[in-house]
Amino acid sequence: MRRVAIINYGLTKVDKHWKKSLRGLFGDAAKAALNNSKVTNLDALIIGNMCASDLSDQNNIGALLADYLCITPATAFRVEAACGSGAAAVLAAYTAVASGMYDVVMTGGIEKLSDGVGRDTTLSLGKAADAEYELFYGSSFVSLNALLMNHYMHIHHTPRDAFADFAVLMHKNGSKNPYAQLPFEITREMVLRSDKIADPITLYDCAPVGDGAAALILCPLEEASKYSDNYVEISGLAGATDTINVSSRSDLLSFNSTVIAADRAYKMAKITPRDVDVAEIHDTFTITGAISLEDLGFSEKGKFNKLLAEGAFEPGGIVAVNPSGGLKSRGHPVGATGAYQIVEVAMQLMGDAGKTQVPDAEIGLAQNIGGSGSSTFVTILRRSR
Amino acid sequence: MSVPRYWREIPGRTRLEAQKCSKCGHVIYPERLRCDKCGGVLLEPYTLPEKGKLLTFSIVRSPPSNFVKMAPFVLGIVELEDGTRITTQITDIPVNDVSIGMSLEAVFRKISEDGDSGIIQYAMKFRPAFR
Repeated sequence: MRRVAIINYGLTKVDKHWKKSLRGLFGDAAKAALNNSKVTNLDALIIGNMCASDLSDQNNIGALLADYLCITPATAFRVEAACGSGAAAVLAAYTAVASGMYDVVMTGGIEKLSDGVGRDTTLSLGKAADAEYELFYGSSFVSLNALLMNHYMHIHHTPRDAFADFAVLMHKNGSKNPYAQLPFEITREMVLRSDKIADPITLYDCAPVGDGAAALILCPLEEASKYSDNYVEISGLAGATDTINVSSRSDLLSFNSTVIAADRAYKMAKITPRDVDVAEIHDTFTITGAISLEDLGFSEKGKFNKLLAEGAFEPGGIVAVNPSGGLKSRGHPVGATGAYQIVEVAMQLMGDAGKTQVPDAEIGLAQNIGGSGSSTFVTILRRSR
Repeated sequence: MSVPRYWREIPGRTRLEAQKCSKCGHVIYPERLRCDKCGGVLLEPYTLPEKGKLLTFSIVRSPPSNFVKMAPFVLGIVELEDGTRITTQITDIPVNDVSIGMSLEAVFRKISEDGDSGIIQYAMKFRPAFR
């Protein structure tokens, strides 16, 4: 297996991009990734997306985008793992390059949730769960996570305020991110008083609905300097799964897919959680962020709130968590989110993160979940300057 | 929902039919190809108990569109007497009276309907147990 580098990237602001189509929006990210790079040919395009067939009446995203980017006849296809689609696509692209089958591959994600106006976006997102044994009973992505949050609060006696405080930190971080969908600060009271969605989850526990596209270009590490003088290595990555049905799991306080994927990725990168300087974690809801912090090894079980209050998840603490603002503030363009996270970690390591820059970040991690913990992809990057 | 798609899940959703591993005794629900605990391949037919306790719940206020007229309703995970867990709705009780740990029993109920001319879907919900 060859070692693999990320040599360039492109992002769009997460927003409701009413004037942009699927192809137009991804085109913006792809163009940004190709600008300032010496890449002249793409061998393949591997793209993450979840909802285009429900909300934009479009399948065959690979050909659609290859056509728009004028890179036909390059190999191109879509990867779907619900909200984990973006990092799943990067994993597929990594294996394509590492195996030696392809040299220069564009990967990333695209999502156009705003095309779902007048349709059932809640149902489309809910399809990450078990259609026959969860959705059938009227559950949704939010209510399944609400079951986990209620259980967590009951077992660990965690105060409701602690979850609100996590959202407050995310918005504080995201207020400095030019790509964030909700770049403003909030207060604990705003979270607690926001509309109830599925108790105990209120509106400000939830990531917003938005559109976004992120693109990355991968090549063999040993050829990276041919294309760019600032690149990062993908030093570890793994995907893992758990039961699709939340109630089939013996422990509802942990995502086993995250525990296993993180363990494999740490081993591959030959690091421990303590070595991670910056992490972009998957906080679809505040409870998802809390469980993820614990499963990634950044906090003991049931103790995230104590560390949060101590500032452990801010620069200078144990690990700088979600300097982008995370899904909560940067936004959650579902099938693109994992690609955003990996791009954002790469920007931190390349020193390109502007006002959200964590000083001297050398090792970064991105954790991208599909469903309510049924799939997780963990990607670890290392600075190569 | 197509009629065959609804009909083929009647054993699992309405009759609470599951599988039991002949090797380790673990109950598998919903059905799988092998035992999800020990990997055993010899699985026997098994019917879930109809009583249990509420493990966790949520009062759903913003559901998918075909459940909007039922909101707010309670979604829960019920831990049955044999330890098996099942996700379903909690019914026959005001939403604010639901509490973790309460004793529940299965009851046959309408789940949803596909508009004015589609099929009406039924399955088991759980309600407070009388004894």
